[in-house]
Amino acid sequence: MNAFKDAGHLFRLAGVFLAGILLFLVIREFLVPKSFGEYGHYRGAALAEIAARPLHYAGHDTCETCHADVLEKKKDGKHAHVNCETCHGALANHADDPASVTPQKLDTAVLCVRCHEANAAKPRGFPQVVSADHSNGLACDTCHQPHSPAITAGGAK
Amino acid sequence: MNLTRRHMLLLLPAAGAAWKYVLAGTPEAAPNYKLSEHWWGMLIDLTKCIGCGSCVRACQTENDVPEGYFRTWVERYHVTDYDIENPQVDSPDGGKKGFPPAKDPSGKNFFVPKLCNHCADSPCTQVCPVGATFISPDGVVLVDKTYCLGCRYCVQACPYGCRFINPTTNTAEKCTLCYHRIRKGLTTACCENCPTGARQLADLKNPSDPIHEFLKTHSVQVLKPYMATHAKVFYNGLDGSVR
Ligand code: HEC
Ligand code: HEC
Ligand code: HEC
Ligand code: HEC
Repeated sequence: MNAFKDAGHLFRLAGVFLAGILLFLVIREFLVPKSFGEYGHYRGAALAEIAARPLHYAGHDTCETCHADVLEKKKDGKHAHVNCETCHGALANHADDPASVTPQKLDTAVLCVRCHEANAAKPRGFPQVVSADHSNGLACDTCHQPHSPAITAGGAK
Repeated sequence: MNLTRRHMLLLLPAAGAAWKYVLAGTPEAAPNYKLSEHWWGMLIDLTKCIGCGSCVRACQTENDVPEGYFRTWVERYHVTDYDIENPQVDSPDGGKKGFPPAKDPSGKNFFVPKLCNHCADSPCTQVCPVGATFISPDGVVLVDKTYCLGCRYCVQACPYGCRFINPTTNTAEKCTLCYHRIRKGLTTACCENCPTGARQLADLKNPSDPIHEFLKTHSVQVLKPYMATHAKVFYNGLDGSVR
């Protein structure tokens, strides 16, 4: 007995399957992005794309390269660890091209109280004032220097 | 055994797979940055947070987050006496403009900044049906917005509520830990602008990162440890009422 006597249809079926698999592989080749699976089950190129976003905040190191005078004033004061752009806002544009992008003037009435207005949820040790009582409506920077705010007997700190 | 044409056909799938690797080419490498040398997380010292909202504003500006949506936000907790299971939480506009005076200054009041916890076993990446969200080799949970279908599974899966659907692109969005900044050696926008050092970017694979000393000497906690997400945002001074 020849086991394969009537098996022709099986081979044809296998052929159909193989053709199907081939078609699948070809379509897959076109549909799956090239970098898919480079690092895991995702498009590897996405990493570089996300990393390529432009900056808005230049970082204090950048500011300090040009504004060494401000740094000099600030580094021994109480605002030493408050970075430039926390108060001045995102200024990467200005750092790239200081001549054409001039930073906006700041309004100390809004700026300072955001951090210093007394609030029961703030840590006890953080210097807080009730601005209405404290400043008599004067701008904070009439008495305090923003870059070195403490008022001491020995001058600004 | 004789090799027939049919045998050759059997080799096709293997050849196809091999060809794919040929096409993939070499990865685009950023200079001096090795993915395998970093494992990013964050340290949040709640004893230092003053609720000024600088991080929220910085995040929105840096990442062009649409108005009314937040990749990071600050919550204010109010806990009366012993009732730690029922805290009162508010977060006006995500804490972006700071907070009004506490309604009840008695009891316990404190701020809790929140963001994506960049879980090492993140539920959101597990549910994504198309591989649009993933954990990068340096430990950051990211979304590939060109691949995202906007099906919202991940938004539901995140135990920390850190994801949203961007109303213009209709794709999932979340904190990227400022991936574009940390790859350049900068810190995140929120950490850069935190005035008190309450937020600190941490590289857990860098032995000289101060995080290691901090973790050794402080009682830190992650949010919802019972979810076993292996969150990498560590909180110092976290109260039991926070969820
Ligand atoms: C490439 C050098 C450079 C860098 C980097 C730079 N600046 Fe400037 N900045 C200047 C110059 C020059 C001026 C004066 C421009 C003018 O008067 O119009 C200026 C002016 C300013 C002013 C306004 C001064 C005024 O009189 O109103 C502010 C505020 C300021 N810079 C902040 C920053 C901050 C914050 C950064 C960091 C993001 C920064 N700068 C980075 C060069 C620089
Ligand atoms: C606590 C908030 C705060 C921080 C931090 C801060 N500034 Fe200022 N800065 C101000 C205010 C307020 C003014 C005065 C109003 C104005 O010019 O907008 C000012 C003014 C300036 C000026 C213009 C005039 C001057 O006084 O020299 C420059 C330049 C400047 N800042 C640069 C910097 C740089 C660079 C840093 C970081 C090293 C920095 N600032 C950090 C609040 C701040
Ligand atoms: C982004 C938050 C922030 C802003 C905005 C800010 N400060 Fe401060 N300020 C701080 C921090 C942080 C300290 C340091 C607190 C400490 O030493 O514990 C500080 C310290 C001070 C101190 C010293 C208090 C002491 O211990 O004697 C004064 C005064 C002060 N700031 C005034 C100002 C004024 C005026 C402005 C507006 C120009 C301002 N601050 C804006 C965060 C801020
Ligand atoms: C009339 C001048 C004047 C004005 C205006 C003023 N301050 Fe003061 N401020 C002082 C003096 C003087 C001190 C130091 C005396 C003290 O420690 O009480 C001080 C102290 C502070 C302190 C430290 C408080 C502490 O507990 O250590 C902070 C914070 C502060 N001011 C913030 C502000 C803010 C914010 C504004 C604007 C809303 C402002 N100040 C406006 C004069 C002024």
